Amino acid sequence: MTLVSGWGRFPVVDSDVLRPRSFAGVGDAIAAGTIARGNGRAYGDAAIGAVRTVAMTGFDRVRSFDPATGRIRLEAGTLLSDLIETFGPRGFLPFVVPGTRFVSIGGAIAADVHGKNHHCEGGFGRYVDSILLRTGQGEVIEASREQNPDAFFATIGGMGLTGVILEATMRLRTVETGWIRERVISASDLDAAMRALDAGDSATYSVAWIDCVARGRDLGRSLIYLGEHAGKDELTDGAASFPVGKDPGLGVPVDLPAMTLNRHSIRAFNELYYRMGARRAGGSRVVSLYPYFFPLDSLRDWNRIYGRRGFLQHQCVIPEAGARAVLADILGRVARRGDASFLAVLKKLGHGDGILSFPLPGYTLALDFPVRGDILNFLDEIDRLVVAASGRLYLAKDARQSRATFAVGYPALSRFNAIRKSLDPAGNIRSKLSQRLFDEV
Amino acid sequence: MTSRKSAIVLGGSSDIGRATARAFAKAGYDVVLAGRDVAALEPDAADLRARYNVEVGLRKFDVLDTASFEGFVGGLPALPDAVISIVGLLGVQQNAESDLAHATTIMRSNYEGPSLILGLFAEKFLARGHGTLVGVSSVAGDRGRASNYVYGSAKAGFSAFLSGLRARASRGGVHVVTVKPGFVRTKMTEGMKLIGPLTVEAPVVGDAILQAVEKKTDVVYVSGKWRLVMLIIKTLPEAMFKKLKF
Ligand SMILES: Cc1cc2nc3c(=O)[nH]c(=O)nc-3n(C[C@H](O)[C@H](O)[C@H](O)COP(=O)(O)OP(=O)(O)OC[C@H]3O[C@@H](n4cnc5c(N)ncnc54)[C@H](O)[C@@H]3O)c2cc1C
Repeated sequence: MTLVSGWGRFPVVDSDVLRPRSFAGVGDAIAAGTIARGNGRAYGDAAIGAVRTVAMTGFDRVRSFDPATGRIRLEAGTLLSDLIETFGPRGFLPFVVPGTRFVSIGGAIAADVHGKNHHCEGGFGRYVDSILLRTGQGEVIEASREQNPDAFFATIGGMGLTGVILEATMRLRTVETGWIRERVISASDLDAAMRALDAGDSATYSVAWIDCVARGRDLGRSLIYLGEHAGKDELTDGAASFPVGKDPGLGVPVDLPAMTLNRHSIRAFNELYYRMGARRAGGSRVVSLYPYFFPLDSLRDWNRIYGRRGFLQHQCVIPEAGARAVLADILGRVARRGDASFLAVLKKLGHGDGILSFPLPGYTLALDFPVRGDILNFLDEIDRLVVAASGRLYLAKDARQSRATFAVGYPALSRFNAIRKSLDPAGNIRSKLSQRLFDEV
Repeated sequence: MTSRKSAIVLGGSSDIGRATARAFAKAGYDVVLAGRDVAALEPDAADLRARYNVEVGLRKFDVLDTASFEGFVGGLPALPDAVISIVGLLGVQQNAESDLAHATTIMRSNYEGPSLILGLFAEKFLARGHGTLVGVSSVAGDRGRASNYVYGSAKAGFSAFLSGLRARASRGGVHVVTVKPGFVRTKMTEGMKLIGPLTVEAPVVGDAILQAVEKKTDVVYVSGKWRLVMLIIKTLPEAMFKKLKF
């Protein structure tokens, strides 16, 4: 048994970690209580097997690539960072990337991850044409929109609970360069931030970084980052058409003592960040895709900043109607506490594609909290506001929501469960997350 | 036809072999993957073609079948610019202590076969006047240890062969690289206790091999820390060394 945790390092639990070398080996590894694990970037307990965990990052071969269509077939353990570094210079990028490039294709499909373009281009699953799935029952099936569509739509966003994704065929977008033309807008409060995001609906990429310790008149003040793929003619002379992604060199060597993160340091950081961004507001500039999409990747192991006890991310989505009041309420409570960390992220989402996909048209807010004190009670309180507003929480970030919160948030759950049962009648595929939220007790 | 450089990787299906083939293909080399099970190498060949748009060939190669070596070299469509031998077998020291067949296999896989095949290529390269030969040896060959001296002694023999070959071949325009990875996280070392700061991932070894070929380095300790560690281990007096538990 090995101690395993997600990116938030909470909870830490025992699971038997297996690293098969062949697809046949993956099949052999599946027994009662197994789940697939990609690169462990889900925050909570989604990628921890109830009994055993099958590590997939060894499977990183590209099967085929057609430069005429941008269609690629690859093994599910391939990291997005690898895909970007390999195909970016050839003029191809994934349609959708999350806030870190260190996720696997399997993990990106299983969480149907969203990027800064979800409001106009949808989620990761939209660009997946088919998958090769090892079901809990022991079959290997190809699933697509036409073939085994139930398995296909349950696997997109299904958090690994339909089986192990072995391979996927997906479409890449063509780009002229690896640069993004970025425009920063500063918003002095929540209304301004939401207006700016609405106005950015036609921008390919948009996201807001909220200062979540600002209170009163400043509540919700933020910086909105809009982005478009830059063409070759927009680059300064001499710039390579594809930038180099630096390895995250500087790491956090040890767990910082919990004291380092206190309301004063957080407040100082947010103040500085907001002011520096506001100074740049209005103009536009061309930046490398790496800092634009993956600002946190430059600091390796940054999750250790939160200390040994780990941290929780709370990411909810609130349907558009009535979102303003609920977001203001949540942000107000968070600001009064003062210990939500660094910046919060606010962005608009569109329709999700998978049966259990997180996105729905509305606003999503993501907040980080160190694990300490009464944080679990506080988050339960926030959940009640989310539920009352017909919102839901993102499973890829969750480590603690209640069954009730989950069940109300995901009304398609019974349909998902029926498909899951047909693919895995014996109930072999189980994670700590599914034990906590799905499985009959 | 193509003026691209080419490399052949012997032992292409190992983790280090895969990583090395990727590093060379990424740098624009056409690659030949050679190994015992050609069918098992096919997915890796497809991976390299799809990723880097280079030509990838497959060849059957068994390091224990020394009788096949001349036919293997002669059967290649063209002489490559670089030959990289990743082949090796860790084996189980305890078994090798009493099982002569197992000890023999370890010795032959790490010393006899790799030396003979690189020696054969050396003759062809010298006749042509250029080329690079890379042997992946081990820090374990720097000093025999109680816990793995069968493997270590074979690697020591291989290292000595490479340094001698280097001295001779350099006069004829042929370069020889000795690579000494320390701990590498691969399927060979899976389940072993590796010392974190001294352990690298396979792609780091692949990149180091490419660098060594391009920059004409003689001996590469993949993690620089190993050079120091092995310097200390090599200079310990025998009387003290034999009391240490490694
Ligand atoms: C800094 C940071 C920023 C992030 N930003 C975003 C963001 O902007 N948008 C967003 O949507 N997400 C974001 N995330 C979350 C992340 O994208 C998801 O958690 C993603 O699923 C992680 O992929 P992974 O390969 O690490 O998977 P893991 O964390 O290992 O697993 C996640 C889930 O995928 C399943 N899974 C993994 N591989 C397979 C497989 N081969 N077959 C079947 N199931 C599999 C697991 O069972 C688990 O349920 C962020 C995470 C971090 C750490």
